[in-house]
Amino acid sequence: MNISIFDVTGPVMIGPSSSHTAGAAKLGRIARLIAERPFKKVSFGLHGSFADTYKGHGTDIALVAGALGMFEYDERLADAFEIAKKEGIEYDFYTTELDDMHENSVKITFTFDDGKECNVWGSSIGGGQIKIVRINEFDTEFNATAPTLIINQYDKKGVISNISKVLFNHNINIAVMKLSRTARGKNACTVIETDGEIPECVVNALREIENIISVQAINV
Amino acid sequence: MSYNNISELFNMAEERDVPLSQIILETESALTECSYDDIYKEMERRYEVMKSSAKNALFEARKTAGGLIEGITKTHYDYTVKGDTLSGDFINKVMARALSCSEVNASMGKICAVPTAGSCGIIPAVIISLEEALNLSKKDVLDGLLCASGIGAVITRNATVSGAEGGCQAECGVAAAMAAAAAVQMKGGTRSQCVEAVSIALMNVMGLVCDPVAGLVQVPCAQRNASQAVNAIISADMALAGMKSIIPVDQIIEAMYKVGKMLPMELKETAKGGIAHTPAGKAIFREIFGK
Repeated sequence: MNISIFDVTGPVMIGPSSSHTAGAAKLGRIARLIAERPFKKVSFGLHGSFADTYKGHGTDIALVAGALGMFEYDERLADAFEIAKKEGIEYDFYTTELDDMHENSVKITFTFDDGKECNVWGSSIGGGQIKIVRINEFDTEFNATAPTLIINQYDKKGVISNISKVLFNHNINIAVMKLSRTARGKNACTVIETDGEIPECVVNALREIENIISVQAINV
Repeated sequence: MSYNNISELFNMAEERDVPLSQIILETESALTECSYDDIYKEMERRYEVMKSSAKNALFEARKTAGGLIEGITKTHYDYTVKGDTLSGDFINKVMARALSCSEVNASMGKICAVPTAGSCGIIPAVIISLEEALNLSKKDVLDGLLCASGIGAVITRNATVSGAEGGCQAECGVAAAMAAAAAVQMKGGTRSQCVEAVSIALMNVMGLVCDPVAGLVQVPCAQRNASQAVNAIISADMALAGMKSIIPVDQIIEAMYKVGKMLPMELKETAKGGIAHTPAGKAIFREIFGK
């Protein structure tokens, strides 16, 4: 057998739908971790089935709950709109067409105090599982089921080698690594899934590397 | 040594003369590198969630989107408590508990998706009602859940438990098959009777379509949870009585999968067929979504 009994008897979640509620909450939560900074506003561009049926499945509420940092089994999830208001966080929804994306997809835009934005595109792919497919100008693909590093860097020789050296020195094994760039020599984005949790000291060590712009760790 | 279908699981248990749940426990431990103790603890944590969801709508109606099933659980439980029913106290309590899980799920309450959110009432309703009726120990109950989960894992591996892929037979039908196996084990039936109960429950539900009104996980999902919980109980009883399936269980699972694939997409969770696509069903959709 290659399937855990807890993949069948579970997950524990807030209803009514694993794809439209639990998956939506996880998308919001992972996007928040990617955005990293405190934000004042979050907008959700809903595509496909998310756009058609979000009201009936509480997809909108779940997305906001996730953006506030709630897990998909958090019983406060249904009160996410009230909690956002109390925390002074604005939110809105609009319908959009996202080219070539899964039926249950969303574009999440965080707006920070300084007016800057962070955009994350993701899909709910069934059973509460998600995938993140784009972060700002970079295409990527990860499921946030393993600890994940998201690194922005300048596309220069040796950066990747220095990243893997740091991980090796901290005894962290790379499971999956994906690299994309806007153009040769310009900005690049590296997404690394690891076998073990990524401690803060590793993140700090990575930030020290020359030509690295930013580093975020998502420990799931 | 592991198993990839139910007959292999059955043979491994026969060879060592242990319940199916023992083989399932050992296999889970090998797969996930978790101790038996941790697996029991995790299962117990999930059972606690199941118990709350099976109770939380019995006494008070829960607010659901569009209100399609608001209060159906309380109405059914009140009827059950009065004691003047056709199918008796036990079956009616099973149905009320299944309805409760569905109503809690639809109201954005906490549930354990077993095997899915839409079918989350069947296994809790059967296991909780048997624990109460047979006065079972905690370990017997958790072993019942292990048995159900192991059967579900095999069906997930070899077929599907997704309504979008296989229709309601794959969601509520598989939940009934899982619960039927657990029910036989909890009642002290044989390994072979556990397997027969899986076959019978799936036979009873072959071809059932997924046709949610307005696309919401409410109608007929709640009714299907109640009726498939009852399917689990009567399938277990047929197996315990000695009924044998003339078709081997793994072939029935494969047949269910093939039937699911043959079903047009209109009958697989899209709300474009079945009761969802009746004039009344379409009117409810328009009323809720305004289009």
